[in-house]
Amino acid sequence: MNKPEIVIIDDELPIRKLLEITLHSNDYSTRLAATAKEGILMVANHPPDMVILDLGLPDEDGHSVLKKLRDWYAKPIMILSVQSSEDDIIKALDNGANDYLVKPFRTGELLARIRSLLRSKTESDVATAIISINELQIDFSTRIVKRNNEILKLTPTEYSLLVLFVKNEGKVLTHHYILREIWGPGYMTESQYLRVFIAQLRKKIEKDPNRPELIQTESGVGYRFAFNE
Amino acid sequence: MNVFLLGKISKTLQFVYCFVIVASVSAVCYLFSTVIDYRVVALILLLAVSVVASLFDILPVLLAAVLSALIWDFFFIPPFFRFQVHSTEDRVLIVMYFLIALISGVLTYRIRKFEKEFVHKEEKANTIKLYNTLLNSLSHELRTPIATIIGATDNLQTQSNKLSVDHKNELLSEISKASLRLNHQVENLLNMSRLESGIIKPHYDWCDINEVVYSLVNQVEENNVQQKIVVKVDPQLPLFKLDKGMLEQILYNVLNNACIYTPANSLIRIDANCKSDALELIVEDNGFGFPQDEIKAVFDKFYRLKNTKTGGTGLGLSIIKGYVEGMNGTVNLQNCDPHGARFTIKIPAETSYLNNLKNE
Repeated sequence: MNKPEIVIIDDELPIRKLLEITLHSNDYSTRLAATAKEGILMVANHPPDMVILDLGLPDEDGHSVLKKLRDWYAKPIMILSVQSSEDDIIKALDNGANDYLVKPFRTGELLARIRSLLRSKTESDVATAIISINELQIDFSTRIVKRNNEILKLTPTEYSLLVLFVKNEGKVLTHHYILREIWGPGYMTESQYLRVFIAQLRKKIEKDPNRPELIQTESGVGYRFAFNE
Repeated sequence: MNVFLLGKISKTLQFVYCFVIVASVSAVCYLFSTVIDYRVVALILLLAVSVVASLFDILPVLLAAVLSALIWDFFFIPPFFRFQVHSTEDRVLIVMYFLIALISGVLTYRIRKFEKEFVHKEEKANTIKLYNTLLNSLSHELRTPIATIIGATDNLQTQSNKLSVDHKNELLSEISKASLRLNHQVENLLNMSRLESGIIKPHYDWCDINEVVYSLVNQVEENNVQQKIVVKVDPQLPLFKLDKGMLEQILYNVLNNACIYTPANSLIRIDANCKSDALELIVEDNGFGFPQDEIKAVFDKFYRLKNTKTGGTGLGLSIIKGYVEGMNGTVNLQNCDPHGARFTIKIPAETSYLNNLKNE
């Protein structure tokens, strides 16, 4: 089988080199671009399985590159950014980025994110009625959620929240996105609902609600549903 | 009223004040004009002008000088209610009065100006001193990890075949530790400069304090700390409307500080309460505590305890203070009984209880 191919658009040579070595040694093939122009052309000529895009490019703002790519490129795009500015990250996620990493990042984290992004793409095509995540079992046809074979009593909102997370496994969901999807556009600023229901859902599905493994908090940005394969 | 603030009020108000002072002093003197000689009145008015000169700008002071001279002439020197002066002696007196009032006004004003310059120079000297302290601690804090990284990579590149696997791994782990330390220091510096420049404005949103505290504790524990961290937060705590990022920075710095400066196996306790629409966070340890005479200074920028081990820029605690005050809160440091330090952080905030939410 072919190695998954990743296009890296970053103007910093050391970062390109680091990513290239890390990805090659983990069985991905890479193509490298140093400018926005070069990167867009590279993705257009031969669309890769995934794009890693730096927000701070010399010739064009990363956000506008992201928008241009999203016009036609549907596969995962991960953002790299030096600024830990939450607004920047939220803007990128709203513009269609699938995930983000803030420099400096750890290699383990990078690889886990890439694996998760490439997997979620292939799994979304498969429609299954029942899925199992760690000790959790969700039956979409009967709306029954079990943990260690015990039925969990979830309220309708808790159930919708869980389904939204499972459908977007590995992806960061911004606060606004979740509020709009679950409660509707009128509730987009009612973040207290989200805090309360996340805490309640964690109490029911997590092994230790204070050290959540399934619903992870992305500080200032949103939540990510992730499970170890 | 603060005397130094008077120089800062608006020009028009200063004129009004000067006028009122001179007029009221003259009025009082006029009431007693049958008892006191008009020459004594001149001295009293001069005193009033001098007092005015020590409070206000030069123009209002000149007004006071001229006005008092005219009032003295008009109301006190015979013939009364006329600007004419008959005797030569009185003419000399009025001219003398006018000159002395002007000179004393101008002189007092100049002394004040000189004083201000002096204070300004002193402030500048303090800034330079702070800057030097910063450079010293920075050059140590940044150069040590940089030296480690350069030295270790040199070894790995040039002596690769002479090094044992164990030594290579050790060097690599040193490089890793040094870069994390560099990253932490740079983060601190960036935070400090953001705080200083006033760019950081709190972004208030609902926070689940339990979630924030536990995630921070997990984060700190990932650095392989040798202390035991115990969380005692009430699970029924309401949501607080705060800046979550700032709260995280505050807690991280308090916890990190406790982990760096307490001996291994110390106990660090985190407590959070709701105190009449304020979040009260208490972080206490059973380490050495702080020297009593230095407690007040530890939140100052770049301040480091006199007998402290090397490492640290003296920024951690001042960043805590900066963020807490950014949200209109207070931070308090005490020593606990029998030993250890207790940080009490209070931040006023709107609260929301779970049961206040509409049912589904």
